[in-house]
Amino acid sequence: MLTHGSPPSPGAGEGHVRNRVALLLALVGVAAALALPFLGFAPNRLLSGKPVPLWDVLHAAPASAWTALLPGVLLLAAPFLPPSRPVLTASAVAGGLFTAGLVWLAGTHAGTLAATASPAARTSFGAGFWVLAATGLLAMADALRRLHLGAWTGAWVRFAAGGAVAGLVALELAAGRLDQLSILKEYANRSDVFADAVLRHGALVLAALLPTLLIGVPLGILAQRSPRVGRLVFPVLNLVQTIPSIALFGLLMAPLAALATLLPGLGISGVGPVPAVIALTVYSLLPITRNMAVGLEGVPDDVRQAARGMGMTPRQIFLRVELPLALPVFLTGLRVTLVQAVGLAAVAALIGAGGLGAIMFQGLFANALDLVLLGAVPVILLAVAADALLTLAVALTAGNRDRAMTGGASA
Amino acid sequence: MRLDPLTGRLMLALLALAALVLGMPALKPLFAALYPALDRPLYEAETFLTLTLDHMALVGASSLIAVAAGGLAGIAVTRPWGAEFRGLLEAVATMGQTFPPVAVLALAVPSIGFGPLPALIALSLYALLPVVRNTIAGLEGVSDAVRESARGLGMGPWETLFRVELPLAAPVILAGVRTAVIVNTGTAAIASTVGAKTLGLPIIVGLNGSNQAYVIQGALIVGALALVLDAGFERLAAWSVRWRTEG
Repeated sequence: MLTHGSPPSPGAGEGHVRNRVALLLALVGVAAALALPFLGFAPNRLLSGKPVPLWDVLHAAPASAWTALLPGVLLLAAPFLPPSRPVLTASAVAGGLFTAGLVWLAGTHAGTLAATASPAARTSFGAGFWVLAATGLLAMADALRRLHLGAWTGAWVRFAAGGAVAGLVALELAAGRLDQLSILKEYANRSDVFADAVLRHGALVLAALLPTLLIGVPLGILAQRSPRVGRLVFPVLNLVQTIPSIALFGLLMAPLAALATLLPGLGISGVGPVPAVIALTVYSLLPITRNMAVGLEGVPDDVRQAARGMGMTPRQIFLRVELPLALPVFLTGLRVTLVQAVGLAAVAALIGAGGLGAIMFQGLFANALDLVLLGAVPVILLAVAADALLTLAVALTAGNRDRAMTGGASA
Repeated sequence: MRLDPLTGRLMLALLALAALVLGMPALKPLFAALYPALDRPLYEAETFLTLTLDHMALVGASSLIAVAAGGLAGIAVTRPWGAEFRGLLEAVATMGQTFPPVAVLALAVPSIGFGPLPALIALSLYALLPVVRNTIAGLEGVSDAVRESARGLGMGPWETLFRVELPLAAPVILAGVRTAVIVNTGTAAIASTVGAKTLGLPIIVGLNGSNQAYVIQGALIVGALALVLDAGFERLAAWSVRWRTEG
């Protein structure tokens, strides 16, 4: 008795509540605003901050800052409004604007605090900020979901909505409104190191992606065509995934170091990017190989036969029928691989591979928490961006595939 | 005595783990010979048994929290009264899984501080996601016809849940728990960087002090532990399928 889609009609006890999800989010948001510190203010980067509640922030803020939270009024009203298209659209927009407004408010208050404090003082996001920002984003996501936009349109709209929020925050960043927040003060101290770290992080992921594709794609094709290869390959790749990353990095060090002393001319060493790229490749192989095989497996036999009937050669069938139809599943594997590799590349900093993980662990080892943020937040943003891009690509190629399949079936 | 292959694999992995944990000190001369430059070729600040037990306690506690909370949430949103919250819960779970575990772990420190507590919280949160997703997927996979016939037999909603739906969903839910436990075993090793004492400690100490012997000792044991857990879940999965077909 599972209900799909339409929510149950409100019972007698629920009064005028029309949207219980919006109500839950509103209640969580109000509780976070009242009970949790919105910001933390510390005399320097090594001391922990004293809490700054949202009320103090609003009290000190100019009237213009209040407008940043105006969309929140709609989010508080949304539980009691009928879930019509205009209301849901407005709620989605309000959720996004509310989140961007919170960032703006935090940046503005950090500026106000900085005007009277020593330059070493730090203003950082508090738990209240994170919870409120999450409720804004979730309100946006839930409103978009309730609009029932269909797979193709929905994918575009979700991507655009996420992009719009990111764009608003980027504008605030570019305008210098956020410069007094601790994470940006930390960035200002290390802007050149940070840029190198981001590039290095991306380079590690891409350097592992190339051998992964070169090995994984043919292996996946082979595994789909010959069950014997599949029975051999998948248990091994599955087993590799269960080995903790830090253990694999550690175990690769010794043989590579030995190899380096044997063949000093190769430029190999037990630490640094080489073991990192090898380990990343080994972990990335499973999602790519598996999804390549599963994608090809999902191509219906009658489609293959129809292509043969049209006089296509096996090579043509593979390139023009099977591969395009397997593309969405393959891209899902690529999404898993990229998201996983972004995280693993951060761990690889422990063996001296550099990247954002190096900033993060440096912060952890030195008890400099803003530095931890400067490393960890971009890692999450990179993973989310890779996920968003490939989710969109999967939705678009799946749309094309379904249109081609229905067209093919009727032909 | 004949063992089925799954039990055999589990026994083999357990033996390997026990041999490594208890026998590592006996390998001290080997590590001394391999790395003659090292003053201390064996990690002796804590015994490997202590580290292994602490590691397992962290993984076990966080997984239990995740199974309890995630299972309840998954059951709630597949009941008629909770269905409205299903989209929200799935959105949170999907979003959360894109966050790399190591970043979640690092972010727990600014909010909570150093020590085992941030590790426990980060691991629990991260383990929630696969548990929630698979609980929903497993319960969702139970066909309406089965539920109808349970009702026809006079079962109430809770009886249907415990005697029909959960046994049928068990293999899928178990797969989620397995993912959570395996990921947490790896993340718990990294949790040594935030002050939790786990099998990652010899690795981190070794990496920071250029003591490769420590790194190998920690990596071998944590790798063996992962293999034991994987083999154990493989064994459980076979039982749960049997339970489903017989139950």
